[in-house]
Amino acid sequence: MVTVDSIDAIVSNVHDPEVPVLTIKDLGILRSISQKDDIWVVEITPTYSGCPAMKTIESEIKEALLSKGISNVEIVSSLSPAWTTDWLSEEGKRKLEAYGIAPPVDEVDKSVLFSKDPIVPCPLCKSKHTKMISQFSSTACKAHFQCQDCLEPFDYFKCLR
Amino acid sequence: MLRLGDDSLILGQRLSEWCGHGPILEEDIALTNTALDLIGQATNIYTYAAEVQGENKDADALAFLRLEHEYFNAILTEQPNGNFADTIVRQFFFDTYRKLLWEQLVHSSDARLAAIAEKSLKETRYHFKHSAEWVIRLGDGTEDSNERTQLAIHSLWRYTEELFYTDDTEEALQALGVIPAIQSLRKPWLETVEKVLLQGTLIVPEDKGYFGKGRQGMHSENMGFLLAQLQYMQRAYPNMQW
Repeated sequence: MVTVDSIDAIVSNVHDPEVPVLTIKDLGILRSISQKDDIWVVEITPTYSGCPAMKTIESEIKEALLSKGISNVEIVSSLSPAWTTDWLSEEGKRKLEAYGIAPPVDEVDKSVLFSKDPIVPCPLCKSKHTKMISQFSSTACKAHFQCQDCLEPFDYFKCLR
Repeated sequence: MLRLGDDSLILGQRLSEWCGHGPILEEDIALTNTALDLIGQATNIYTYAAEVQGENKDADALAFLRLEHEYFNAILTEQPNGNFADTIVRQFFFDTYRKLLWEQLVHSSDARLAAIAEKSLKETRYHFKHSAEWVIRLGDGTEDSNERTQLAIHSLWRYTEELFYTDDTEEALQALGVIPAIQSLRKPWLETVEKVLLQGTLIVPEDKGYFGKGRQGMHSENMGFLLAQLQYMQRAYPNMQW
């Protein structure tokens, strides 16, 4: 029988297309699963307003459920409460680091101009002697860093609160 | 709502013109990331606007299929990219205003608009940090960068007054608690702008600028060219997708 738990088990295995090492559950963008009449409603939330992965994630959720014979599905995208990197699971943070992307660290208030860059350990050699190259990177959710010891350039999954 | 969405779309379109043309790779990425956020915010606003309008139009129709006089963005947002200083100053004036606006819209009596504001505010804070730091860096940089930034400030200043324009539409929405009093944002806007410009050893213009007519659909000559590029594919191949 199809239950919330069985849907959850299927949907939780859908991976983020841009950070394929993470599932949508690890990322915290899978918000809820509920039943409305005969329809299973899967609620997701975008990381950033313009995140181009959302459409792909929606169709992957539908495909994953369809492959188990579940077709009465509606995907709802909600903006509030707005996604924050605090919803990234501990497991997710470990996976990110192993994949070579530094997970978010506590950051100071963004309203302070020229605030000190956060200390982001290098995912390769673990040195804390790293430098921000750019506030923006390959996707909206990341910034670009370089390790000053092993010289590895790496992505940092920036803190959003 | 179209005034809000059109500001995002048109400025997002302008910033995306930097794609592949940034002065350094990092800034190419920064400007286009900002463009992506703005176009994402426009999508959220248009999706809601289309539902409210209820004429079987969708967000894409609102974005791509209106005529020039049916767009209500502020004239500042359609100004050409110019040099890097022009783009950064335009962005700084806009980000400062937009951050103040989202901070108020979070408390809107309209729950959907409040949710869009809550989401967008986090992104706009980041854009503000980026553009404000660059204004200071350029102003306090070389003689050349200071001169270009000061020129950009003088040429774009005239368009800033329009950001605080209010007419019957805003007043009606304000009475319902949907939007804040837009004019009340001008004072904190000016305070922030003055602080940043002074830190960058730049001069704050004394004149007040003028009320542009973008909010009523009357645009500068730049708008037609921008729309021609924005709309070309949908006009040439209606309903095309990829």
